[in-house]
Amino acid sequence: MERTAIRRRLSWQVATVTDVRRETATARTLVLDVPEWPGHLAGQHLDVRLTAPDGYRASRSYSIASAWADGTIELTVEQVPDGEVSTYLVDVVKVGDQFEVRGPVGGWFVWKPEQEEPVQLIGGGSGVAPLMSMLRTHAAAASMVPVRLLYSVRRPASVIYVGDLKELAAADHVDVRLVYTREAPAGEPRIGRIDADVIERFAFTPAESPTTYVCGPTPFVETVADLLVAAGHDPARVRTERFG
Amino acid sequence: MGIVSEGFSGRRRGRADLPPGQYVTQDFPVLSAGPTPHIRTEHWEFTVTTETGEAYRWDWAGLLALPAEEITKDIHCVTRWSKFETNWKGVSLDTLLADVETAADFALAHSYGGYTTNLPMDDLLDGQAWIAYEYDHEPVDPEHGGPARLLVPHLYFWKSAKWVRGLVLSDTEDLGFWETAGYHEYGDPWKEQRYAGD
Repeated sequence: MERTAIRRRLSWQVATVTDVRRETATARTLVLDVPEWPGHLAGQHLDVRLTAPDGYRASRSYSIASAWADGTIELTVEQVPDGEVSTYLVDVVKVGDQFEVRGPVGGWFVWKPEQEEPVQLIGGGSGVAPLMSMLRTHAAAASMVPVRLLYSVRRPASVIYVGDLKELAAADHVDVRLVYTREAPAGEPRIGRIDADVIERFAFTPAESPTTYVCGPTPFVETVADLLVAAGHDPARVRTERFG
Repeated sequence: MGIVSEGFSGRRRGRADLPPGQYVTQDFPVLSAGPTPHIRTEHWEFTVTTETGEAYRWDWAGLLALPAEEITKDIHCVTRWSKFETNWKGVSLDTLLADVETAADFALAHSYGGYTTNLPMDDLLDGQAWIAYEYDHEPVDPEHGGPARLLVPHLYFWKSAKWVRGLVLSDTEDLGFWETAGYHEYGDPWKEQRYAGD
């Protein structure tokens, strides 16, 4: 497997929240300013560390949703039930607040503008965040390789980045396909869960030799990765990132 | 103390046997870089290759014929979940390596699917590491590394290579998959060795 060698010490840095955007009822995007940020590749994540007034600390990893080519660091945080860090980041933190971050981390689940093969992105729920970084990086680099996003969501109100996705999908070589599992918008078919038929209809074929990135909850990723391999995709070209 | 978040209190479910920065889960989450390989036991093979190039091989029946141990250990994933008292059955690497002639200091574990991870030999011997083929009295699921995975519970769980198919022993330390991608070369959860340089 081809890898990116990144061997350097990661130290904690202060991040300042410069903007917050509500994405859905349970997800929020935080825009961060980190003065010494070394930049990141599309698909990488960072660690957030919170310190309570009495010194108690908790850390979690979050995918970066923005493109460094745009000079921004954005995290989209989905509130998980009883999540001690996500609850704070989604409900409490406000513009001007600070916490610590370190990163970027990860050299495998990344897309680089010099890649020339078609890019297939498949996301479930908030698993779309690192894929969004790839789409934004692709746009910022004016990459002409075709890219397709299959994005599985429960209902229209669960769609994260709805406006940005519409804009990005306006490009000829960018295809964004929403797969509604519970409820579709008026006039659109509810497709149901991603299955072999959806993969066959909407994803690049094995003959097109795409690199495929799959991100979402573990059962979603397991199912989709198995479907891709069963459809004839080379397992070495399917990269996965699983949540919990 | 650095930056303090006034509105943050946290859950504080720490306990003495929980390494720093970890939280307890009852689930069994999965961390893998690609699709899950599905290996049939009739095709399964485990190979130890020494620093002189000599190879020692076991097939599935050969593995099952070796004395097995029941193992109950806490496991700690670098993604911050820990799971207490997980139950496994498998063969100790002391047993597998007993007749292997080697003076190597390092091992690179190789898996079906291409995954690798590096470990010092000192961490694979003396009752610290196993090739596990049962979890909770059932065959290990493919998703969790079946038919057999390496189990080295005193290190972060990425060292416990899923779908293991061999060890390559060496005098020098070659870094594995996550280690090359910026993760710590050793991965002691009690020292919070998550990333290179920690």
